[in-house]
Amino acid sequence: MAKPRTTVEPYVWLMFSGGGVIAALTFPVLLFLLGVAIPLGWVSPPDHGHLLAVLSHPLTRLGLVVMCAMALVHAAHRLRFTLQDGLQLHKYHALLATVAYGGALAGAIAAGYVMFVVL
Amino acid sequence: MTDFLARLYKPKVPLLWWLSKPSYTAFVLRELSSLFVAWFVAYLLLLALAVGAGEAEYRRFLDLSANPFLIALNVVSFAFVLYHAVTFINLTPQAMVVRLRGRRVPGPLLTASIYVAWLVVSAFLAWLVVG
Repeated sequence: MAKPRTTVEPYVWLMFSGGGVIAALTFPVLLFLLGVAIPLGWVSPPDHGHLLAVLSHPLTRLGLVVMCAMALVHAAHRLRFTLQDGLQLHKYHALLATVAYGGALAGAIAAGYVMFVVL
Repeated sequence: MTDFLARLYKPKVPLLWWLSKPSYTAFVLRELSSLFVAWFVAYLLLLALAVGAGEAEYRRFLDLSANPFLIALNVVSFAFVLYHAVTFINLTPQAMVVRLRGRRVPGPLLTASIYVAWLVVSAFLAWLVVG
């Protein structure tokens, strides 16, 4: 029997799945409130002071960074395979993977920067 | 030898293969939900930046978010994110075996408990945002 190869793929799938769960549980309500209901005036916008207080809590910041980072890895993994299989770009799999995960990493760093440096 | 021949075999797949069957199209649309997940991360970070920059910037963000194009984009994003959420939760029993006291938790029960968790998380987040 051939020696099993060690790859990072299981860990990427694990993060894909974790990010998928986080996005599934948290994004619909946040997107509905912040992107649809509040802009349309169905729900009155929260006070600036209230949001600032929520964002000032370290747990909120940590939660948001984890949420953004995991969701981006999830999205990158999915998008990579969608482009590769959907548009038959197997030839460019290395480039696609680099751009997708690189983009997710850049986004995760940006999230960390916003939450822990700017705010 | 079989391995060698298998590697030589490259079936031709048309570019728009995913339009040939509704289930394929649904699959690719679900995969495209990832674009909207990424968009919402950006939107959330922009909101956080605006809140951090002070009341005036926050007001400006609120005005910007009321732009019809942005609302349209967010309505479409919401539909995709919801599609992602429902399909992801419904698939969980197939992807994960959960055991409780040595017995496998039946699929429908597992799905139902995730929907309850979804409800609780959503209520908590709505409370956190709107106060």
